[in-house]
Formats: sequence, structure tokens, C-alpha cells
Amino acid sequence: MAAKPRVKVPKSAAAGDIITLKTLISHKMESGQRKDGDGNPIPRDIINKFTCTFNGKPVFSCDMDPAVSANPYFEFKAKITEAGTFTFTWVDDAGEVTEMTKDIALK
Amino acid sequence: MNRKLLIVLLGTTSLYSMVSRVALADPSEGPLFIDGEIEMITRTESVEGHPLPEVISGWHYRTESTQALEADSFENPGMLAVEEGEVLWNTVEGSEGKSCASCHDDAAESMATVGASYPKWDAGSAKPINVEQRINMCRVEKMGAEAYPFDKGGQKPMTAFLKNLSLGEPVRIDVEEGEMQAWWERGKEMYYTRTGQLDLSCASCHEKNNGKYIRADHLSQGNVNGFPTYRLKQSALVSLHNRFRGCIRDTRAEMPDAFSDELMALEVYTTWRSQGLSVETPAVRQ
Amino acid sequence: MNTSKRQFLGRTLGVSAGMAITALLGSTRALASVEDVQKAIAEFTGGKAPAEGVVTLTTPEIAENGNSVPVSVSVESPMSEDDYVESVMILAEDNPSALVATFHFTPASGEAVASTRMRLARTQNVLAVAKMSNGDVYSATNNIKVTIGGCGG
Repeated sequence: MAAKPRVKVPKSAAAGDIITLKTLISHKMESGQRKDGDGNPIPRDIINKFTCTFNGKPVFSCDMDPAVSANPYFEFKAKITEAGTFTFTWVDDAGEVTEMTKDIALK
Repeated sequence: MNRKLLIVLLGTTSLYSMVSRVALADPSEGPLFIDGEIEMITRTESVEGHPLPEVISGWHYRTESTQALEADSFENPGMLAVEEGEVLWNTVEGSEGKSCASCHDDAAESMATVGASYPKWDAGSAKPINVEQRINMCRVEKMGAEAYPFDKGGQKPMTAFLKNLSLGEPVRIDVEEGEMQAWWERGKEMYYTRTGQLDLSCASCHEKNNGKYIRADHLSQGNVNGFPTYRLKQSALVSLHNRFRGCIRDTRAEMPDAFSDELMALEVYTTWRSQGLSVETPAVRQ
Repeated sequence: MNTSKRQFLGRTLGVSAGMAITALLGSTRALASVEDVQKAIAEFTGGKAPAEGVVTLTTPEIAENGNSVPVSVSVESPMSEDDYVESVMILAEDNPSALVATFHFTPASGEAVASTRMRLARTQNVLAVAKMSNGDVYSATNNIKVTIGGCGG
């Protein structure tokens, strides 16, 4: 069973505030560079895209390569102009999508 | 002190050749606060009979960026497993239709400081048991579920979850109970016995040479207060018995099985040595 | 390995002459080729040579394990609708494949600041190349020493 992703978003912010967001997700990020015990290459299996939107509009995203560490971590900023919902999305090589949302209120 | 150190170095030729930088590097300053709130005891006076005057957490021996990772419970990747353990605590498994919570309710209350005081004497098996084995006893005897095999299934997440509930609590062990004293003696003998092609004992690195470098590794006192530990090398949680086996393999000796009498004795003894340090599970190490 | 191209790259991005030595000594493992690194940057910048400044790259001097090395970028910009940082590409020159990650910002980011953790196969230079909404490109380079521990397992 894979752990749920972790996201850190302040509960509220004043209009105009620039807030810090943090995300952490469990993933082995198999680079495709390693070999198994029998010497066969282990196929690449990574999360290749992370996206954060606020009320549907893009805030931050990242194209990821195999050099991103296992259990990928991101920290970034967002400018708050209204109350709403952040949507965080991770997509892996197999096309599996993990999504999480967090609300923020206006102070 | 310097003369004593010189004698130790001259007397341990195999280790001497491996210690590439003989210069001592002092453990870094603390203190360690988790999330700026929970103060960890990372240096403290050792218990009576301990060969070293002060016990120091492995945290002090790491670089700044590794230390920072442990100090932030959000960034610490080991916390993903702790959260997984919490889910497992409430998950029904086995023929009896029970979860851990069915008997123990809220772990935050029922298990608040439990993880800080294992291994404990188990009268039933007339042996010491650790948290991993205690979980398996419950699974088999109370839940009608299968025991977790070593390092498999929910073993590491559950152990990390239970120990993390004791975050900050000083490690302690009752070595008076049952026949614990005999296991302590056996563990102590193991600790000081040189093994493997490299002819190293636990003490060669972690008692006599802690603070020095073995190639690029800054040798710690080998305290056990942070296990299961998130190790950057594996990018995953590493259990105590896995680490025991790894160290023994590095001396190029035969590795005892996890939870074997040898390694349980070693866990009893090393836990005794680590007493007074805060539980740091999941610690972050290189 | 093409030394002249490696030196050219070093000059362009304002990195140390140590790289040329690395190129001359060669390596025992497969690394990203100089051409690959140059090509990736050229594709990203549209062929424009990055200028120095504006982008700040923060990394530790020494990483005690190459599996998880913190990396942060910060780019000076008003982050307004018509003047903002579009993307920052991070490259590790001597990894088997040089690309690490590419951050994409918008005016809604507020500040062009982001952090992640990366894998480094060995001691090497890490580059951050920033592309602004007006097409300007900037870069910064840091050297990170990756130590090889004595203990496995």
C-alpha cells in the first residue's frame, strides 16, 4: 500500500500574500539506470510530471527526469488573490495519476 | 587521552588502514528541535557502567542538509511510512475481524511512550522481544493474521509509527526483568568481539573511533534511538536489524538472521547504551 | 569526448576550468555527453547564450549521499502578467543523463522560487538556466562534492 501524498498549505492568507507550499509523495523513482540481481536492467518508472493549479489556473509545474530523488519533494510559492482550492497532480510513466486538493480561506 | 587513542590506533591495524582521515571532527552543535517545537535530547550523560561519558545521537555526525531533513517533520521522507503505519493501525486484518485499534483504541494515547522502552522481557517465549515481534504477536495471537516477514509488508511502517509516537521520549530499557541480564551480557560480548575478514567489532568503529572518518563516513556512536531510520543511501526506511546485518556484512563476516538470538542480544545491549537519548524515529541519516 | 566543446561550454556558462580537466581525464562510467548538455540548453533557450546573474542556485557544498541532494532556485523577477519567469531548467553535467527537472512558473507563483531534491552520480557542476517571459536567459552554476561513504548496507 502506498502512502498518501503529503501537501502543506496554510489554512488562510490575506489577499496579496505570497504563501509557501510543500509537497512530498512516496515513489521509488526507478531511474532505469540500475540492474537487478541477475544483471537485467530495471525498467525506468518515475513520476514525470507534477502540477499545481489554483481554482483551475496554473501556479507551478515541474517536468521531472530520473535524477529527481525517490519520494519527490517540492517547495514553491503562490500569490493569493482569492479564496479557493489548490489541486496537486502527479503523473507517473505508467500514466497513473495521483491527485490531491487543499482549500485556502481569505483572512 | 591522546596516548590512549594512539595505542588504540596502533593496536587496530586493519581499522587504521581504513581510517583515511585521522583528524577528529567534532560532532556538530545542536540542539535538534523537530518543527522548531519538540526538543530532542541528542547529547546526555550516559548510564552507569557505560564506557563513554556522554551518549551522542548520530544526528550530530551528519551534514547540515541531512540534519535539516530530520528537523522538519513534513520534509522528512520517513514520515510517509509513519502515516502509512497509522492507516495500518486502523485496518482490519485476519480471521478475528480486528485491527490494532479494535483492542488498543487511539494509539496516540494507548501507545504514547511504549516505543521508547523496547526490547522488553517476554515471559511466554522466555526471550526479549522488540517492537516488530510484539506487533507480530498481536497479529498472530489476537488478530488471526499472518506475521509480517522481516522488513516486509507493514513491519517497517507499523514499527516507525509506534516509535514515532514516543518522539522525544528518552530511550530506556529494563535489564533487570526476567533473564534480561544474561541477554545483556551476551549482547555486550558480541559488541566487543572482532569478526569478519576485516577483524572489526562494533566497538572498533563506534566506541573507539567515533568522531573519525572511515573513508568518507563520519563514524557515530552507533546509537539505536532513531530506528527505523530513513537512510538516504536506500532512500527508504531501514530497520535496526537490517542495519546490524549491514554493519556485520561490512566487516565481511557471516550475518546472523534478523531477530535471531544473537541480534536480539545485540539490540538489548545497544539499546541499553543508547539510554537517555530521545527517540528520533524516523531519524534521517546518510 | 570533445574537449574544445567542453571548454566552450565552461566559458559560456562561466564555470571553472576544472571541467576541462574532467574532460581530459575522462571517466569510467557513462556520462551525459557535452553535446547532450549543450543541446538540451540550446533547445531550452532557443539557441540563446545565457547571461550570468538574476538566477540564484542554492546547493550544499558537500553531499554525504548523492541520492538526495537539496537544490533550490530563486530568480529575480516582478512576476507580473507581462514580465515573469517562465521556466528554470536544472542540469547535472556528469550524471548519466544531464536533465534533472524543469520548473515552470506563472505570475500566480508570486515569486520564482522552488526547491526539490536530486540524485548526483558523483562530484560535479549543477546548472540552473532560467528563461524569462521576454525570452532572456540567465544561468548559474554550483559545484557539489559528493562523498562516497565507507559503509554500505
